Order: sequence, then C-alpha cells, then structure tokens
Amino acid sequence: MLTIQNISKTFNPGTVNEKCALRGLSLHLDRGDFVTVVGSNGAGKSTLFNAIAGNFFVDEGRIRLDGQDVTFLPDHKRSRSIGRLFQDPLRGTAPHMSIEENLSLAYLRSSSGKSPFSHISKEDKALFRERLELLGLGLENRMQQPVGLLSGGQRQALTLLMATIVTPKLLLLDEHTAALDPATAEMILRLTTQIVAEHTITCLMITHNMSQALSLGNRTLMMADGHIVLDIAGEERRKLSVENLAERFKLQAKELLDNDRILLS
Amino acid sequence: MLYILQTTFELGVQYALIPLALFLSFRVLDIADLTTDGSFVLGMAVSVTLAAAGHPIAALFAAMLCGALAGFVTALLQTRFGVPSILAGIVTNTGLYTVNLMAMGWSSNATILRQATIYTMFRSLGIGGRWSNLLLTAVIVALVAAAIIWFLGTRLGLSLRATGDNRDMVSASSINPAYTVTVGLCIANALTALSGALVGQSQRSADINAGTGIVVIGLACLIIGETLCRRGSMARGVLSAIVGSIAYRFIYAVVLKTRIVPIECLKLVTAIIVALAIAMPTIREKLAFNRRVRKAGKEG
Ligand SMILES: Nc1ncnc2c1ncn2[C@@H]1O[C@H](COP(=O)(O)OP(=O)(O)OP(=O)(O)O)[C@@H](O)[C@H]1O
Ligand SMILES: [Mg+2]
Repeated sequence: MLTIQNISKTFNPGTVNEKCALRGLSLHLDRGDFVTVVGSNGAGKSTLFNAIAGNFFVDEGRIRLDGQDVTFLPDHKRSRSIGRLFQDPLRGTAPHMSIEENLSLAYLRSSSGKSPFSHISKEDKALFRERLELLGLGLENRMQQPVGLLSGGQRQALTLLMATIVTPKLLLLDEHTAALDPATAEMILRLTTQIVAEHTITCLMITHNMSQALSLGNRTLMMADGHIVLDIAGEERRKLSVENLAERFKLQAKELLDNDRILLS
Repeated sequence: MLYILQTTFELGVQYALIPLALFLSFRVLDIADLTTDGSFVLGMAVSVTLAAAGHPIAALFAAMLCGALAGFVTALLQTRFGVPSILAGIVTNTGLYTVNLMAMGWSSNATILRQATIYTMFRSLGIGGRWSNLLLTAVIVALVAAAIIWFLGTRLGLSLRATGDNRDMVSASSINPAYTVTVGLCIANALTALSGALVGQSQRSADINAGTGIVVIGLACLIIGETLCRRGSMARGVLSAIVGSIAYRFIYAVVLKTRIVPIECLKLVTAIIVALAIAMPTIREKLAFNRRVRKAGKEG
C-alpha cells in the first residue's frame, strides 16, 4: 500500500539552523495495516507524516502509494487518497463555516466528476446526516451551526468524519487525541478504530502512550533522530510488555544523548 | 433636495460593486487586495474608450475581462512567485497606471462626446423616466449580487470561503488554494472594473486619477454596511456591501451640503474611520485588559 524508500529531509540547509529531520528512512505498509508510531519529541514523526502527505518534497528517496509514485505530487493532489488528523482540533475544520459546509468541502475529494458550480445536493445532505448520527454526538441536529461553536472533542470527531467521509487509502493520525480530556480521547479513539476497521483503512498513528502503542493495531514503530529504530509486529509484539517498550524508549533516548556527547566532546 | 437624493442613490449603487469586491477579497479570502484602485480606473478607461468607439454594452464585458486579468496578475504574483499579497497588489496597481494611460490612447483622460452609453440607450426605451439611470444601475448591481450569492453556495464558492477561513483545509480537500485565490481575485477585480465602467459611462468621462484611495473608501462602505446589517451569512455580507455604499454616499452628501467637515478633508476622515473600525476589536480588548489590571491593582 505505502512504500517509502530511503527518504531524507534537511530543513534550512547550509544555515546555522540546519536540521536533518529524516535520514534515509524506509518503510513498507500492507493494505489494512494499523501501525502505531512512538518516539521522543523531535524524533521526526510529524515530519515523516508531512513527507507522506506532501507538505514538502523530500530531498532524496521515493514515496509510492498504492502503486502510484507520489514523490513529486503536490499535497492537494495526494489528499484525494490521504486523510489526516492533527493534535490541534482547530486545524482540520473551517470555524466560520457550518458543519454541513465543512463536510461538503471534505466530500469534494470524491466529486471529481461533479461540476464546481453545482450546489450541495439533497443526497449529499442525507449522507452527511447519516454519518453524523454514527458519531452519536447529536451533531446531526446542528448541521447549520458554525463549527467554531463546537468543543475541541466535537471538532475532532467531525474532523475524523471529514477525513474518512471519502474512504482514504491511508489515514495519518498525529497524536489526534492528545489535546482532549481522557473521556473524550477515549471516545475519539473508539470512533477511530471503528471507522478504520469498517473500511479497512491503512493507518499510521503517532502516540506518546506506550500501552496504546501496543494495544492498538498490528504493528509498532519507534523513531529516533530521523530513523526507524524499532519495528515490531506479530508474536514479538504480543510478547512485548508496556514496561519493555518504555525501557527501550529510554535506552534509545540515552543512546542519542551519548552520541551527542561524543559529537560535542 | 430630491435631486440630491437621486444622485446619492445613483452614485451609491454605481460604486456598490467595489465594497462587494472587497467583501470577496478582504472578508471571504482574507486578502487585502490593493489592485482595486487600478482596476477601477482600468474598467473606467476601457468602458469609456469602447463606448466612444460605439460599443457601450460590449464595453462593460470588456471592462470586466480586463479587471479579471488585473486580478489574475496579482494572484499569479502571490501564489506562484511568492510575492507577499499586499505587495503583489501594489505592484500590479503601479503597472496598471501605464496600462490605463494606454487604454485611454496615452492620455490622462477620455470622454464620450455624442456617442450612446448604456444609460442613453436605456432612457430611449422610455422605462423609469427620470429614474432610469438609477433603475438600470440597480438592475445590473442586483443581478451581479444575486450571481455572487449563488456562486458562494457552489462547491467552488465553498472552497473560496474555506481559503480565507482555514487554508490548510482547502488543500486537504484536494483543492489547490492557489487556484481558489486566483479565482477569487479575478472575480473581485472584474467587479471593481465593472463599477468603474458604470461610473465612466454615467459621467461620460474617465480620468487616470479617478481611483485614488478607492480601496479605502470601499472598505469604509463595507464596514458601514456591516455595522448597519451586522455580519452573518454570505447573503447578508453582499447586502451590507450595497447598503454601506449607499450610506457612505449619503454621509458624503450631508457633509457636502452642511459642510460639517470641509470637503477637502473627506479622504482624511474616511481614512480615520476605516483605521478605527478595523482597529476596534484590538482597542476594545486592550481597554478591557487595562481596566482589569487597574482593578487588580486597587484590590491589592
Ligand atoms: N518546517 C520545519 N523547519 C525547520 N525544522 C523543522 C521543521 N519541521 C520540523 N523541524 C525539525 O525537525 C525535527 C523533527 O520534528 P517533528 O515535528 O517531526 O518531531 P516529532 O517527532 O513529531 O516530535 P513531537 O513528538 O514533539 O511532535 C525537529 O527538530 C524540528 O525542529
Ligand atoms: Mg509531532
């Protein structure tokens, strides 16, 4: 489904702020994989997502999605097959537009055949209502209200719906429950797994919660300093305890620190 | 008195497309488009020159096309070449000065002598009597306003609105924001040019300096309109642009008649009103904060 070969990205090359955020990273996901990603702050997790979504073009390497080479495809073209959620619930919705209008925007990803001068149709509205009902938040009765009036959790649920209303080939979740209270986070996570399972969406999810990283999905990656340093699935993953993973996480961080010391000394 | 009222309405409606254009660029797209001054004169110059050559109706469409082209250049500069949006408008505007001179046959003004204008043509139909000028302009503006409201409800219109609200979301919906900005600025400047075209044919002349400061006046109209109609739906925004334009001309007429403010100072007064109106939310916030600090200080 997703094949990443040897991608690298350096920000601000040739300046004092030069930062190599991805160093020859390779990764392959199969259709229907649900992969959790852990790694310390600044490991390059979000940068990896940005590279996949096309927020910037990688300096080296190739990215293929479902057989298509998307390495040089601009972000808005990739968004047809990639859905994305961020930590900040405000990022995925337009606050001054109504719930219905936000959903119709997201639904534009499907309507390659429809005229840009057509209005939202009755069938579209019925579909939006039906999908909103599945969230169980009563949003289907507030379709004309501006999204800015919703709470963070409601907005994140809406964003989740928007990202999946046209089933994406790949769903990128960047700590999408980190800004929510525990109960709401739980609810969003439940909705996520439900939608992902229902449409067998291939999914990458960044989290800082070690137990979540092991309990959700079928594979876990650990990133550090622009590399993937741990990639486990199957039996090995089942045997790994949360404490073990946390231990490896700390070890990794320590190793990085030691490397820095060597470089600096 | 009736005459003054009539002129006030006529001017208000003729210039109404400028605040409407600014509603699109400034409110919907969230871009301060400084191409406006130049597009207005461009529309005027093209319209007067073509009407003088005997094509008053084609003149309106040609003016809109030229305005759209001007908007396209500004959009191109900011979306493809990384020129900051305000600067892009200023650059196009500066270039338009020469283009406008050229459109008037390298002269700083142009006139329609005895040739027909859309207004004389309409009057000869005998509809509306002495109000025929106002009637014709009102019909044109109403048609344009209805078209804009319709457009903002379409799929493309929705993505235009999202561009000003959350630009990341536009690309996440598979639409290129560069495209929506371009479409928006083309439409806005076509409207501004159409306003220039109407004014030009109505006063039977075009002048290279007719557009100076018109973007600020247009913003003043929009803000006055929004104060009167309150902000809300897209239809309300379009309405406030038109209402604001008429209200502004009304204030202008009162000032002219009563001389509360010397007429030479009107641009300064307009500028102050616009600056204050746009700064108002910030000023209010600062005042409230200072009040809190003072209160906290007193309490100890
Ligand atoms: N646009 C950018 N310009 C310059 N540097 C950047 C940019 N984006 C990311 N970086 C740098 O790349 C490194 C990796 O950042 P990234 O956001 O991918 O980390 P992360 O793994 O998502 O961390 P966190 O867990 O804190 O979200 C950081 O050092 C960051 O400063
Ligand atoms: Mg991150």
